[in-house]
Amino acid sequence: MLHIVKKEVPKTREKIIVRLSAVLAALAVASIIVLVAGANPLELYIGIVQGCFGSLYRFAATVEKMVPLLVLSLGVLVAFKMRFWNIGAEGQFLMGAVGTTLVVRLLPDLPLPVMLVLMIIVSFLFGAVWLMIPAFFKARFGTNETLFTLMLNYIALTLVTALQYDFWKDPAANGMPKIANLPENALLPSAGGFNLSILMAVIIVLAMYYFMNRSKIGFEIAVLGESENTARYIGINVTKTIIIAALVSGGLCGMVGMMQTTGVSGALSTEITGGLGFTAIIVAWLSGLKVPFVVVNSFAFAVLLQGASYIQTAFQIPGSVAEMIQAIILFFILGSEFVLQYRLVSDKTKSEVA
Amino acid sequence: MEFVFFLAAAVKAGTCLLYATLGEIISEKVGHLNLGVEGMMQMGAVIGFIAGFTFGNPYTAVVCAALAGAAGALIYGFLTISLKANQVVTGLTLSIFGVGFAAFFGKNFVGKKVPDAITTFFAPVKLPILGDIPYLGQIFFNQSGYVYFSYFLVIAIYIYLYKTKWGLNTRMVGENPVAADASGIPVDKYKYFNIALCGALCGLGGAFLSLVYISIYPVNVVSGRGWIAVALVIFAMWNPGKAMLGAYFFGALDIASFWLQQYNLPVSIYLFTALPYLATVFVLIFTSMRKSSNKKEPAWLGKNYFKEDR
Repeated sequence: MLHIVKKEVPKTREKIIVRLSAVLAALAVASIIVLVAGANPLELYIGIVQGCFGSLYRFAATVEKMVPLLVLSLGVLVAFKMRFWNIGAEGQFLMGAVGTTLVVRLLPDLPLPVMLVLMIIVSFLFGAVWLMIPAFFKARFGTNETLFTLMLNYIALTLVTALQYDFWKDPAANGMPKIANLPENALLPSAGGFNLSILMAVIIVLAMYYFMNRSKIGFEIAVLGESENTARYIGINVTKTIIIAALVSGGLCGMVGMMQTTGVSGALSTEITGGLGFTAIIVAWLSGLKVPFVVVNSFAFAVLLQGASYIQTAFQIPGSVAEMIQAIILFFILGSEFVLQYRLVSDKTKSEVA
Repeated sequence: MEFVFFLAAAVKAGTCLLYATLGEIISEKVGHLNLGVEGMMQMGAVIGFIAGFTFGNPYTAVVCAALAGAAGALIYGFLTISLKANQVVTGLTLSIFGVGFAAFFGKNFVGKKVPDAITTFFAPVKLPILGDIPYLGQIFFNQSGYVYFSYFLVIAIYIYLYKTKWGLNTRMVGENPVAADASGIPVDKYKYFNIALCGALCGLGGAFLSLVYISIYPVNVVSGRGWIAVALVIFAMWNPGKAMLGAYFFGALDIASFWLQQYNLPVSIYLFTALPYLATVFVLIFTSMRKSSNKKEPAWLGKNYFKEDR
């Protein structure tokens, strides 16, 4: 008989080797699907790399895909660190974008710098409030936040649908259900395909690193995540900590709504999230809830996303193939965690040890 | 009379949700929160349609759909049971996988019609006697055989969970796997079996959409209904009977926005689609506020069981 035994904390080198082998194994399996799709897997994988790094323009597109994923993942990370399963990043993202658009609709003539600052604040608040609702009920009644935040995603999506098809429908769009593009004075400045949201992301990464690893509240969040009883015993105000973490988590995800509306899409729409809110959950989790690894992993995922959109046009491979490859890689990495955390021991060796 | 037709349509719209919800109830009863419902439904829908289109045999189509859903569930099962991966993350990944899977394998079938043999097989059949009951007969007993099978499943799953030894063991694993293990119940076997059953039911729910509910295969046939099913499990408080009522209620909401268009209501009809999710949120809040001892959520839901060496 084989037994499963928990291992001591694995070394960084072991982690890297195990994860890389998982990715390689996943690519081997994914190759079968690529062959079914009628392409040469090796060519396709090289195509993905070329699509991301082949030119400055493509690299800019890769970074553009990395920024929202990175900030969303950091937002999700704060909540996860507390064992608060915020899977509502999609909804907070959408609400942030709604807030951004609302600012422009109410105050269309503000000068650009004022406009941007106001949009950042409002989108942060919209996202934060969207997560404060489940956080309040979690703190007060212990309401299940996983399912609550999941439901709020769809409520936000319905709201945006209603805005797009009814309330904010652009009368100038010839009956097309779309919301009007933002005016010039509400767009993030950009240069050579790189826009200001990159700078925002850098500041957020540094701030979050400090917040999670050096600040008192970051420590309290981590303790609360380990054990609520310990947290209460050492005098942490549990309700306050949950609310602050939710504020930061939802707020960051809301800000992504601003960054995407003003920097990439130019208008609010139901398609604006592209499922990134869900991908961010996976990125945060695979990064072991550590800020530096989130940066690395969101870049890796951005490469996959950008590579996917490139091979769609270059190889006429449907985007769904990339979606499947992404999921297969995730399955393998999720499975490989087992190797890092447990080991198999047979009864024989066990009795020898005993 | 028009309202009776609406209710009959609500039952039909709710049936795909009912299959998936029954499946997720079983999975959650054994302690596994599987957020891959959307993915498993997508896999069932596309494989069911392809098998039906290729072989023209309704039985083959339905069996293939159930197997496809179960295969998706087993990926999730292997990762979360044997490899102890996080349930939420694995479930979400399964949903991403299923959506991609259906889009990829279904793309050559978009715009194709369900074969006549299958459409005829699943056409509404008025049941003798029951079908003649005023109103109720028209609503419940003038439906497709696929719908009748879901009535049977509600009863069968209720009996399985609450009146059989296997069901008792299943629930014990979901409530307390440590105690279940100590009393000699093979925890992992129960988990695998019930998770696969969940996948098969989700696959059947998806195939109901692609084989019965629509006649031309569209780009995305499930389009988010899996998430409504996840919501329904809570709405139904993990009870198969309530799941049936909830599924028809949510089915009614699903078609309500379309149906209400004719009345020129002063509110945006798009807001109606939020009602199933809002209703679920209220159920979540009220059940947690009650704090009673008969909380229906399985105690170990979402937590993996690791049998330490002792």
